[in-house]
Amino acid sequence: MLIHIYINEKLTEIQCDADTMLMEVLRKAGCKSVKCGCETTNCGLCTVWLEGTPVLSCSVPAARCDKKHVTTLEGVQEEAEKIGSLLVDEGADQCGFCSPGLIMNIIAMKKELTNPDEDQIKHYLAGNLCRCTGYMAQMRAVKKYMEVE
Amino acid sequence: MFTAQAYAMPQNVDEAYQILTAKNTNCILGGCAWLRLGQRRIHTAVDLSACGLDFIREDEAHIEIGAMTSYRKVETDPIILGNFSGVLSRAVAPIIGTQFRNTVTVGGSVFSRFGFSDFLTPLLALETSVVLHAGGTLPLETFMNMPYKKDILEKIVINKNGAEVSYQMLRNAEADFPIVNLAAAKTADTVKVTVGARSGKAVIAAETSAYLTEHMDTLDDSAVHQHAAKLLEKEVQFTSNMRASAVYRAQMAKVLLGRALKEVSGC
Repeated sequence: MLIHIYINEKLTEIQCDADTMLMEVLRKAGCKSVKCGCETTNCGLCTVWLEGTPVLSCSVPAARCDKKHVTTLEGVQEEAEKIGSLLVDEGADQCGFCSPGLIMNIIAMKKELTNPDEDQIKHYLAGNLCRCTGYMAQMRAVKKYMEVE
Repeated sequence: MFTAQAYAMPQNVDEAYQILTAKNTNCILGGCAWLRLGQRRIHTAVDLSACGLDFIREDEAHIEIGAMTSYRKVETDPIILGNFSGVLSRAVAPIIGTQFRNTVTVGGSVFSRFGFSDFLTPLLALETSVVLHAGGTLPLETFMNMPYKKDILEKIVINKNGAEVSYQMLRNAEADFPIVNLAAAKTADTVKVTVGARSGKAVIAAETSAYLTEHMDTLDDSAVHQHAAKLLEKEVQFTSNMRASAVYRAQMAKVLLGRALKEVSGC
């Protein structure tokens, strides 16, 4: 089937199957920031925005996104760089595999919540798993980002 | 992972129902989070996204939640937060992560009657009806005990009966499935207790509820708690799975009942 998705505001024509998931389509379209972690909708690595809302692209059928706007890390480069630097500064970036999904969710959180406290941050980001850092360094970076901006 | 040969996005529920029933292997897609973990072979996947079922609204007597409403919307919607002390919002809030709750739908959980559901247990404690396209309007309790039949859940309707509701659950870790969960709803003249994640689907503890209704003026009495806990253990069937044994679930359900009764009695 033929679908059209605005990937990072660029209208993209995509040929896919009825059971193709958004993650696969995005990676084929060159958005390699979208990682495949668990494929069981648990890890948050494949987080992208669908119409501005963070979703798990591994469980969203690509056909559902026809004529919709999808944003990946490639579409928020400037903001992503700021958060990436903070993650590095705080030693929160080891293998880095979870970072794109985490960053997408951090930016979404910033748009959705005003002055969140630590519990609210933990709750919002609970769906972003990291097996390297133990989350403390990430939390420091997130707090700095929320305060700095 | 499921497979599908064709994809349909009908514009209304009538059309969706026609496509769904046209072939035995046609299937409704909800959030797809659970469906994708199986190996189902689907002919036509029917997506209800364009059917206008993504809503939460209220009038003086009811709250209506559309089948394609996401859990995140349930968690954050002012109508849900403003009724029943926000219990439905609190019930779905610990489920995995924000992105997951943005993805999964109310209809997917309610129609599937998942045993691990955090949402169904408090919903069953309230006066809830389901509105099915072909099956009409049914009390949730009736629907929970019906065999699975091809239909489309359009919305759920909750009576605003002014109940004080408590939802209690136990998890090994945040964002994990609940080991056991329990809800208690107290109105002016009844107390209703429901238990879920037993590991079967949520049920009403009828004897316990009847006993507590008789003693609703003394819900803060520890003797009433103890007797109710014994009734609960006796009438609700708990089973073992990889998360917990039946015995552990039964013991924890008794503890959760005590906490729920304290909460609804205002202690």
